[in-house]
Amino acid sequence: MPTDANAFQTALALILGMDPVLLGIVALSLQVSLTAVLVAALLALPLGAALALWRFPGRGAIIVALNALMGLPPVVAGLTVYLLLSRAGPLGQFGLLFTPTAMVIAQVILILPIIAALTRQQIEELHGEYRDQLQSLGVSRPRMIPTLLWDARFSLLTVILAGFGRASAEVGAVMIVGGNIDGVTRVMTTAIVLETSKGNLPLALGLGLVLLGLVLLVNAAAHLVGETARRRLG
Amino acid sequence: MNDMLHPATAAMTAADDIAPLTFEAVSVTLRDQVLLHPLTLTLDGCHRTLVMGPNGAGKSLLLRLAHGLLAPSAGRVHWEGTTPRQAMAFQRPVLLRRTALDNLTYALAVTGTPRGERRERGREALARFGLAALEKRPARVLSGGEQQRLALARAWLTRPNVLFLDEPTSALDPAAIRAVEDAVLDFHRRGTRIVMTTHDLNQARRLADEVVLLYGGKLIEHTPADRFFAEPRTPEGRAFLRGELVW
Amino acid sequence: MKRPLALASLAFVTLALAGIGQARASDHFIVLASTTSTEQSGLFGHLLPAFTEASGIRVRVVAVGTGQAFEIARRGDADSLLVHDTSGEQRLVAEGFAAERADVMANDFVIIGPGHDPAGIAKAETVADALARIAETASAFTSRGDDSGTHRAEQRLWEAAGVEPAGAWYRELGSGMGQTLNTAAAMDAYVMSDRATWLVFENPRDLTLLFEDDEALFNQYGSLLIDPLRHPHLKHDLAMQWHRWLLSEAGQQAIADFEVQGQQLFFPNARPD
Repeated sequence: MPTDANAFQTALALILGMDPVLLGIVALSLQVSLTAVLVAALLALPLGAALALWRFPGRGAIIVALNALMGLPPVVAGLTVYLLLSRAGPLGQFGLLFTPTAMVIAQVILILPIIAALTRQQIEELHGEYRDQLQSLGVSRPRMIPTLLWDARFSLLTVILAGFGRASAEVGAVMIVGGNIDGVTRVMTTAIVLETSKGNLPLALGLGLVLLGLVLLVNAAAHLVGETARRRLG
Repeated sequence: MNDMLHPATAAMTAADDIAPLTFEAVSVTLRDQVLLHPLTLTLDGCHRTLVMGPNGAGKSLLLRLAHGLLAPSAGRVHWEGTTPRQAMAFQRPVLLRRTALDNLTYALAVTGTPRGERRERGREALARFGLAALEKRPARVLSGGEQQRLALARAWLTRPNVLFLDEPTSALDPAAIRAVEDAVLDFHRRGTRIVMTTHDLNQARRLADEVVLLYGGKLIEHTPADRFFAEPRTPEGRAFLRGELVW
Repeated sequence: MKRPLALASLAFVTLALAGIGQARASDHFIVLASTTSTEQSGLFGHLLPAFTEASGIRVRVVAVGTGQAFEIARRGDADSLLVHDTSGEQRLVAEGFAAERADVMANDFVIIGPGHDPAGIAKAETVADALARIAETASAFTSRGDDSGTHRAEQRLWEAAGVEPAGAWYRELGSGMGQTLNTAAAMDAYVMSDRATWLVFENPRDLTLLFEDDEALFNQYGSLLIDPLRHPHLKHDLAMQWHRWLLSEAGQQAIADFEVQGQQLFFPNARPD
């Protein structure tokens, strides 16, 4: 089987060739997943922190639900968003199906539970340490949210990276809501599926290696930023 | 650290306005275990009250009840009058994961100080507590003594009428202990009522003008310091002074 | 330290959203739901630039199984359809979802299998005979099993052969054509494929074309327009232009011109009005 050896050559050729189609796919992948991570983080970080700080009826149920949703199959998320955004669905009039925006929405749904659930855990731990001091300073609970989020920033960076990992790796959701349209909604993972079904396994694996490299790069960059800041701020 | 911003006399007159803090039959029970037996006590004036007793006597509990960090299982803790501004220093200072200066500007932001004044006032406080050179250092990498001084600088900025200190020097070396004790006296000179726990008799002799002695979750004595150290009223007090009172 | 980070994030969101907005900026496009066979053979890569040049309209192809394409059409999520299940297409018209259906082109299905041909279908006279031999020898057969046009055609052929495909040898995958071929290659199984997908398939291993050229293997593609009354929001004018172009001389010629390895894959057969 020549496939495996060829994959590395193919990956290398893909990268060195700077093929404009590939670059477009890479750019869209990053754009969709990074936007999804950002939107999800903006919603999930305060949500997770609020869950850590407030006790209210139904809180346990929400936490269990979030933890369970961390394992939500991407296809189910995709199908849900598809039914919502479809013309026959409740949000149909916006015409978002088969657009990158739809893919962002699906990925937000996938990673929001991850970021929220892990944030709650981190913030609850930190709050245990800070509770007396913050209460002593007279910090209101809403005010504690940004304080704790900022002070947990290093561990939260890892949480956000976990979200990015899931977003960039999933294919089930973006395939359904994006439609894998050439030049419009084709991202790395859906391109890999397409090449696999064409039987072009070396190209599929080559694309996979490029995707792996990208994710590695983003993680390395985040790690570097985090470590530098950590060393500076303790 | 002794060059005072406010003359002691001016501060003392203001001190009379600090509302007395009253414990009315306050008790704390945790899972059927009585940690603090019904206790009635009033802390008033601008005293330097040292709360003493062996480990497990309920010193920290008393402080946390007073500061409102803990609700009593029974009884009532209340201020007779306007609730004063309060601050608390903990045995292990809790500092935010930010620079020394940012820890101070944060406290100022919380108390509603205008943004433009925060950095300057923060720097003043750092200088007053001998931390000016450490302004940009992450608070969490400072030494134990520096951290406790930073915590006191933070308390200083909030201009508390009452300062609670929970064994603030128990983990420090002698030089750092001295710096903290000086700071406590500075607070008092500015007109702040001091309520502090310690298990160090000598520290109590240096700082106290009245003593609260707890033993086994019970209030044993509440006595002016000179009288307590000269002639305790209770057998437990006498035993404590002889170093014979253990948990 | 806090503010530059916040500013950077804000700038990033703006950029990212702007970029995504740009992708949707031009409204001069239609969404075409079509089959994996047309997409994967490269036909659209050949047809669409010609159409876009002639009309200025871009076509966004969502390539799915024919069953899913029908569902997309029913929900009003595509402006036009190009699929290959004539009876299903006629039902869509009868139900009132599609306003118009026309033959566009055809190719044929072929039976693929391992080179040593354990069922001996290469010697079969008809496709019914070939399928019967596979069933008799209980040779492994992988079926799409995904309610696609190819899957529906395959089921009709089993019925015509008088065989109820069941048993351990008959494997319904629920996959697209390419994936089914991959699986067949790995299992040394028989499989029915449209000729176009088979010709461009690059991972045949031991698979080879064993049976072809039976009228029953004829594979008709049809173009459908969605009913404007049922889904008024769709771009019916643009879809109509695409539909007419496909059936026009220019469109039919473009289909005929598409070749892979010197072989024509789709045969235009629109009936002139």
